[in-house]
Amino acid sequence: MNPDLAVLLAPVIPAIGAVLIGFTGSRPNVREAMTLATGGVLFGVVLSLYPAVAAGSRPAAILFASLPGLPIALEVEPLGMLFGLVASGLWIVTSVYSIGYMRGHHEPNQTRFYVCFAIAISSAMGVAFAANMFTLFVFYEVLTLSTYPLVTHSGTEEAKRAGRLYLGILLGTSIGLQLLAIVWTWSLAGTLDFVPGGILTDVASPLVLGILFALYVFGMGKAALMPFHRWLPAAMVAPTPVSALLHAVAVVKAGVFAILKVAIYIFGLDLLSASGITHWLTYVAAATILIASIVAMTRDNLKARLAYSTISQLSYVVLGALLANAWGVVGGGLQIVMHAFAKITLFFCAGAIMVAAHKTEISEMGGLGRTMPITMFAFLIGSLSIIGLPPMGGMWSKWYLAVGTVEAHQFLLLGVLMASSLFNVAYLLPIPVRAFFGAPPAGEKDARTPAGIREAPMFCLIALSVTALGCVWLFFNPDPFYSLMNQIVAPENAR
Amino acid sequence: MIGAHLPALQVVVPLIAAPVCVLLRRPRLAWGLATLINWICFGVATALLARVLTEGSISYPLGGWAAPWGIEYRVDVVNAFVLVIVAGVSALVVLFARASVEKEIPAERIYLFYTLWLLCVTGLLGMAVTGDAFNLFVFLEISSLSSYALISLGPERRALTAAYRYLVMGTIGATFILIGIGLLYMMTGTLNMMDLARHLPAVAGTRTVIVAFGFLTVGISLKIALFPLHSWLPNAYTYAPSAVSALLAATATKVGVYMLLRFFFTIVGPYFSFEVMAEGGLLIAIALLATVFGSVVAIFQDNIKSMLAYSSIAQIGYMVLGISLVSVTGLTAGIVHLFNHALIKAGLFMAVGCLAFRLRAVTLQEIAGIGRYMPWTMAAFVVGGLSLIGVPLTVGFISKWYLVLGALERSWWPVAGIILFTSLLAVVYIWRVVEAAYFRTAPNRGHPTRFQEAPWSMLVPTWVVILANVYFGISPSFPIDIAQRAAQALLSPLP
Repeated sequence: MNPDLAVLLAPVIPAIGAVLIGFTGSRPNVREAMTLATGGVLFGVVLSLYPAVAAGSRPAAILFASLPGLPIALEVEPLGMLFGLVASGLWIVTSVYSIGYMRGHHEPNQTRFYVCFAIAISSAMGVAFAANMFTLFVFYEVLTLSTYPLVTHSGTEEAKRAGRLYLGILLGTSIGLQLLAIVWTWSLAGTLDFVPGGILTDVASPLVLGILFALYVFGMGKAALMPFHRWLPAAMVAPTPVSALLHAVAVVKAGVFAILKVAIYIFGLDLLSASGITHWLTYVAAATILIASIVAMTRDNLKARLAYSTISQLSYVVLGALLANAWGVVGGGLQIVMHAFAKITLFFCAGAIMVAAHKTEISEMGGLGRTMPITMFAFLIGSLSIIGLPPMGGMWSKWYLAVGTVEAHQFLLLGVLMASSLFNVAYLLPIPVRAFFGAPPAGEKDARTPAGIREAPMFCLIALSVTALGCVWLFFNPDPFYSLMNQIVAPENAR
Repeated sequence: MIGAHLPALQVVVPLIAAPVCVLLRRPRLAWGLATLINWICFGVATALLARVLTEGSISYPLGGWAAPWGIEYRVDVVNAFVLVIVAGVSALVVLFARASVEKEIPAERIYLFYTLWLLCVTGLLGMAVTGDAFNLFVFLEISSLSSYALISLGPERRALTAAYRYLVMGTIGATFILIGIGLLYMMTGTLNMMDLARHLPAVAGTRTVIVAFGFLTVGISLKIALFPLHSWLPNAYTYAPSAVSALLAATATKVGVYMLLRFFFTIVGPYFSFEVMAEGGLLIAIALLATVFGSVVAIFQDNIKSMLAYSSIAQIGYMVLGISLVSVTGLTAGIVHLFNHALIKAGLFMAVGCLAFRLRAVTLQEIAGIGRYMPWTMAAFVVGGLSLIGVPLTVGFISKWYLVLGALERSWWPVAGIILFTSLLAVVYIWRVVEAAYFRTAPNRGHPTRFQEAPWSMLVPTWVVILANVYFGISPSFPIDIAQRAAQALLSPLP
C-alpha cells in the first residue's frame, strides 16, 4: 500500500469501525466481529508502514487545513511508529480479551463500550502520527473525552466521582498548562512542526525555556507525573479491558510519548542537555518512581496496586526524556513497548481472576495458582518483566535507562532505578508466590480437596497468554523497536 | 437596480413586514411571513458581505440626502459581518421557533410574538447598518422595546419582573447613550459617524467630550451586560420564551459589542480611547472579573437556562478582553468570538429549548437520565458545551487560541492564565449537566409521551447550528479572514 495513504487511514479506520460497531449494536456477534476486523485491518495498515519508516522515509498526509499555518497533519517518524505499532497491535489482543470479559462479567451498555474504545484507538493513532504539536493536542483531547464514558461505564456513584477526577485532572492540565505552552511556543517560534533538533533554538532565554518545558511536562497529565497522578488509580473503576489497554497502554503512553516528542522534536536533546533546564524535573520524576512504588506496596486491591505501579513505571519514560541523552531516549522508547506488554498481561490476569474467582483483593488470592495455573503463570512472567529480569523484555529498557543515567553522571538516579526494581520485587512477586504456595483464605473449601481447574473464559486466556509470550519474545527480539529508536538518536545508522 | 438599495432593504423589509404580521392574525401565517422575511434579510446580508469583500465599503445616502446632512448607511467589513451573524442566527432560530412558540405562548398572542420578533430584528440590523449616531440610538430603542415585550411573553409570571427589570436598566443605558451622543453633537455639530471622527480630534481635550465618552462607555456597557452592569441579563434570558433566549443571547449582545467597537475605534479612535483616556487597563480588569464572576456563578445554577445566561456574562468578558488588547490579534479574537459565541449560545439555547418542549422545567433534577429519552437533543447540548469549553475542533477553541495568543503577544501571562482557568470552570458547569443527563437514573416520569425526542422542526435547526460549530472549528478560515480584515480596518487611521 502507498505509505502516505496508510498514514491517512490509521486514524480513519477505527473511526469508521466505531460507526459500524454502533450500527451493529443489536447483534453482539456481528458487533464483536466488527471490532476484531477493524483491529486486524488497522494493525495491518500500521505494520505496512514499518519497512518504509525503518528505511528512513517519513510518510505524511494532511487531514485538513485548520488555523492558518497550523494544519491537522500526520507524519510518521520512528517514535510514533513504535507507539502506533504497540497500541494497534495490543488493541487486537484486548478485543479478544474484552469479548470474554464483558460477556463473562455480564456488563451493560456493551455497544457504547466498544464504540468509545474504537474512538479512543483512533485518537491514539492520531497522537502517534501527529506531524505537529497542534495535531497532537487535538487528538490528545479527543482521547480524554472518548475515554470518559469508559471510566464511568458502571454509572455508580464511585464511577461518577472517578469520572470527575479523570476529566478534572486531564482537561485541567491539558488546557491550563499544555495549551498555554503550545500557544507560547507558537508565538515564540512561529511553527509547531515536529522537527529533528527542535524549533526553539535561539528564540528565548533559558529561564523562559525552563518554564515552558515544565508547562509541557506537567501539562501532559496522562503521564501521571506527581502531583497530577490521582486520576489513574481512580480510573480503575472502569472495566478491566479499559484499565489494561487504555490505562496501561494507549492513554498513559500517549502522555509519556508526547513528553518524549516534545523533548526530541520541539526542544531538541542538545538544547535540553546544554541549558540544564531539565535538572530539577528529573528529581520530580525520581520522586514519582519511588513514592508510587511505596504506595503500591500498601494497596491490597490488585488493580489499585497495578495502577500505582503504572505511575511509577511511566516516570521511567519521563526520566528517559529528561536525561536528554541518546541512551535515555532509547531506554524511554523501549520502556513504552516493554511496559505495555508486561502491564497489559498483569491487568488481563487481574480481570481473569475477577471473572473466574470473583476476587479483587490480594489477601484473598492465596492458593489461587492451583485453580488458575495459566493465569498465575502469566502473572509471574509479567511481574518479572516489570522488575526487569532476563529473560523478559523489560530488561532492555531498564538497561538502557541505567546506561543513560551513568552517561549523564547522575548516579543518584541510577540508585533510584535500582531501588525501584527492588520495590517492584517487593510488591509484585508476593502475589504469584502466595497464589502458588499459600493457603486459601479461611472459610473457603479446604485446599487439599482438589478443586479442579477453574480458569477464566477461553478468550481471556488466549489474550493473556499472547501478551505474556510477547514479554519473552521481546527479550530475544528487541531489535525492531531498538533500531527505530536508534534512528532518532543516531540518524546515520538508519538501515 | 435592487443591488444598489441593499443597505436600505436590510431594514425596510422587516420593518414593513412587522405591521403586516398584525394584520395576518393567524399563528401559522404570521410564522410563515416572519420566516420568509428573516430569510430574505439573511440573503440581503450575505449579498452585502459579498459585495463589501470584493468592492470595499458601501455608502448609501438614505432618501438621496447626501451625508453628513442626510442619514448615511455605511457598510464595511465589520458591520457586514455583524449583519450576517444577526440575520443568519435569526433565520435559523425562527424555524426552530414555530413548535417551541406554539407550546409556550397562547395561540391568540402568537401573531404579536412574530410582530415583535420582526421589529427586534429590524432594530438589531438597523443598529449594525447605519452610519449615523442618532439613527443608531433610534434602532437601539426599537430593538430594546421589542425585546422587553418579547421577554415578558415568557411562560412563567416571573418573566414579567425580569422584563420590567431589563426595561429599567435598558432605559438607563439608552439614556446614557443618548446623552453621550447629544454632547458629541454639541461639540461638533454633526451626527454622521465618519464626520464625527473627522471633527472630534479638534475638540478632543475638552471636558464635554470626556464626559460624553464616559456616558457612552457606561451606557453601552449596560446594554451588553458587562460586569458589574449585568444584573438584568440572567433573569431576562432565563424566563424569556426559549426561542427568544436563543435569539437575544446570540445576537443582541453581539450588536452591543459592535456598538462598542464602532464608538471606540471609528468615532473617537483608538488613540483617544486607549492612550488619552487609558481605557485599556480598566476594561481588561473588568473583562477578567466578568469572565471569572460569570463562570463561577454559572457553576452554582440549577436552572440550565440561567447557567447559560451567567456563562454569557463570562463570554462577553472574553469579547471585551479581546477588544481591549488593542492589537490585530486581540481584535481578531474579539470579533471572531462575536461570530463563534453566536453559534455556541444559539446552539445551546436551542438544545435547551428542545428540552423545555418536553419537560416542566429545565433544571438539573428534571433532566436526570434524559440522555436516554432525548439522545439527539442531549448530543447537541454536549457538542455545544464542548464548543463553549473550547475543545479543539470546535469554534470555541479558535476564539481561545487567538485570545491567548493576543495576551501572550503583549506578554501578559496572568491574563492568558485566567482565560485558560475560566475555560476549566466551563468544564465544571457543562459537566454537571452531562452527568445529570447521562449518569443519573431517571425519576419515574408520568406520561410516556414525555419520553420522546423534540419534534424534528426544532431538532434540525438546532443541529444545523451545532454542526456549524464543528465546521467552523475545523476550517475556520472564513470567519478568521473577515475578522482579521475587520481588525485591520478598525485599527488603521481614517482615510
